[in-house]
Amino acid sequence: MEKLLVANNVSKSFGDYKALNDISIEVPKGSVFGLLGPNGAGKTTFIRIINQITMPDTGAVFLDGRPLEPNDIQHIGYLPEERGLYKSMKVGEQVLYLAQLKGLTKQEAKKRLAYWFDRFEIGDWWNKKIQELSKGMAQKIQFVVTVIHQPKLLIFDEPFSGFDPINANLIKDEILKLRDDGATVIFSTHRMESVEEMCDHIALIHKSNKLLDGKLIDIKRAYRSNTFEVGLLASEKDAIDKEIRDLFEVSSTLFKSINDELQYKIKLPSETSPNELVRYLTSKGQLNHFVEVIPSANDIFIETVNNN
Amino acid sequence: MNHLSLIIKREYLNKVRNKSFIIMTFLSPLIMVGIFSLVGYLSQLNNDNIRIISVLDESGLFLNQFEDSEHLKYNTLTDVNLSEAKQLSEAAENYGLLFIPKVAHIEELSEAITFYSEDSPSLQIMADVENVIEDKVNAIKLGEAGIDAARIKELRLRVNAKQETFRGQETSKLGSVVKLVFGGVAGYLLFMFIIIYGNMIMRSVIEEKTSRIIEVIISSVKPMKLLLGKIFGTTLAGITQFLAWVILLGIFSVLISAIFGIDPSATQSPQQEMINQSVDGGFEEILRNVFMEVNNMPIANLVVMFLFFFVGGYLLYASLYAAIGAAVDSETDTQQFILPILMPLILAIYVGFFTVIDNPHGTVSQVFSYIPFTSPVVMLMRIPFGVPLWQQILSLVILFATFIGTVWIAAKIYRVGILMYGKKPSYKEIFKWIKY
Repeated sequence: MEKLLVANNVSKSFGDYKALNDISIEVPKGSVFGLLGPNGAGKTTFIRIINQITMPDTGAVFLDGRPLEPNDIQHIGYLPEERGLYKSMKVGEQVLYLAQLKGLTKQEAKKRLAYWFDRFEIGDWWNKKIQELSKGMAQKIQFVVTVIHQPKLLIFDEPFSGFDPINANLIKDEILKLRDDGATVIFSTHRMESVEEMCDHIALIHKSNKLLDGKLIDIKRAYRSNTFEVGLLASEKDAIDKEIRDLFEVSSTLFKSINDELQYKIKLPSETSPNELVRYLTSKGQLNHFVEVIPSANDIFIETVNNN
Repeated sequence: MNHLSLIIKREYLNKVRNKSFIIMTFLSPLIMVGIFSLVGYLSQLNNDNIRIISVLDESGLFLNQFEDSEHLKYNTLTDVNLSEAKQLSEAAENYGLLFIPKVAHIEELSEAITFYSEDSPSLQIMADVENVIEDKVNAIKLGEAGIDAARIKELRLRVNAKQETFRGQETSKLGSVVKLVFGGVAGYLLFMFIIIYGNMIMRSVIEEKTSRIIEVIISSVKPMKLLLGKIFGTTLAGITQFLAWVILLGIFSVLISAIFGIDPSATQSPQQEMINQSVDGGFEEILRNVFMEVNNMPIANLVVMFLFFFVGGYLLYASLYAAIGAAVDSETDTQQFILPILMPLILAIYVGFFTVIDNPHGTVSQVFSYIPFTSPVVMLMRIPFGVPLWQQILSLVILFATFIGTVWIAAKIYRVGILMYGKKPSYKEIFKWIKY
């Protein structure tokens, strides 16, 4: 697949502190790329390097196959985690100013601003000052500022913080729509449910090092543990319960069911096929529920970070 | 439009449209004119008082010697003793009582005369009274020695040395005063400009940090451009405000003197007094001399150098103010860093007003007119007294070289500092930022 952004062996130190250690990442064109990691892992430093706010000590970043150069900022839209706008400046003027800094002409900026104001139904905010708006309203403006110059690469650092569920959904849909229109999205977050929902690729950074990266689905395959959730309706409950607990590595689980059944999470040895388990279970009673436990992004995140 | 001009435009409009900026633009000249008018009015009031001094002259030597003036009248008491005279003059609310006792020898008068009054009398009045007595006593003593006092007065010669440089340029004491005023105004103007608008730049940097917009901005423009844009935009706003002040000050003074009939310029400044003292003659002659002196000054040199030193000095300090703004989180944290900036500035003003006045080309004046942090003020004050061109240019070169250096350092601090939140950095940390 064609790569929009490639970082090769990027390292960055601040004094004695190594913020990024030899990070290499490839972001496919048209993907939503999740940049994950605990607080202080180095995500923001990496994003700042892409935005050319800081320069890497070693390594290089390529956009569309060419090394990053100052003019590339007009192809990048960046929503920092620390949101902020000029409080005493009027909304319309402010967005126009920031859009012009990104290389749009005034006329073009006006046209696109009109489109976004229309889309978010906020046309009457033009002459309001940011300090008169609520936090959520200001966030919408900030989103418009980020995308108004139609960048190839969009970088969102915790995009949903500060939004109520309705607006968070609105923003999520807008991001996906921008992706569908051809933009590539880098997405830094702690909220794993949004990773599951939106990302097709991820990279996990921890303590300045990249721990894993790739397609989310491939990573999940790699992290599957041959564990299955089962619901078994049996007559001699106690005896079967004891037998199963002796035979398998079992942990308890709870899922919704209308039956009064035995519920387990059963982890099979890697060489054992689930078919064998099914055969065994059906011989003991009625198998109502059999699902492979797919590791969530959350599980992968916690497991990987804790193992390091 | 390129980034720099966009930033300058935004900074300028943002400052100029700011409510407190607009209010201060109109209010400051109003307050200034108001204060001067009040002082002028009060000093007129004061002068309208007629002070009466009773004189009890037991020696009889000073009959009719004290002449009444516009604001001072003498009332001679006779046929009373000292305690009665005191009571009388106190009851009449006189300004004071001058008691001249009867003495055997005229020399004793030098210690024997007493002035009684409610409070301490004004120095001016005491000097007047003492002059009259001294004149009379000296005349009597000259008479006793057989010398005609009037004849001496006729023969007395006043000396007024003309001043001329070796190259034949006429100078004068008045000239020195005029030059001093020129240099002083220029230096003081720069000082004020740096403090007011340097602070404004600093606040505007802090504002971008606290509102957290800074990260959005510097993902679009280089910090250096933002820094320069801020400095230039704020400077333009400052120049606008200064011009507005000058114009408004003129308008308000005219209005106030037209409405209330008070002349703010009636308030005598020490400089005016110096001018008055250094020249004998009417007001018109003074004015003519002043113009002559102004014409004699190297005007073109002065104006050009004023612009260069003003710009250079201001930019030098402005970049430091911006660096401070980038290093801290809030205005309350700035004190520790502002002090080292203000010190050389205040030093420059002191050197200017004390050393340069005393000896414009002395070692101290010379040294401080090369040190870039003091040279704008000190050199501006020296130039009216005539400084060789090569010295001016050398000083300018040092100034602008330092400016480039400080902008470079400020940009380093700025680049790192604007993204640092939380704790107030120490000097050590800031030095580390410069090395990054």
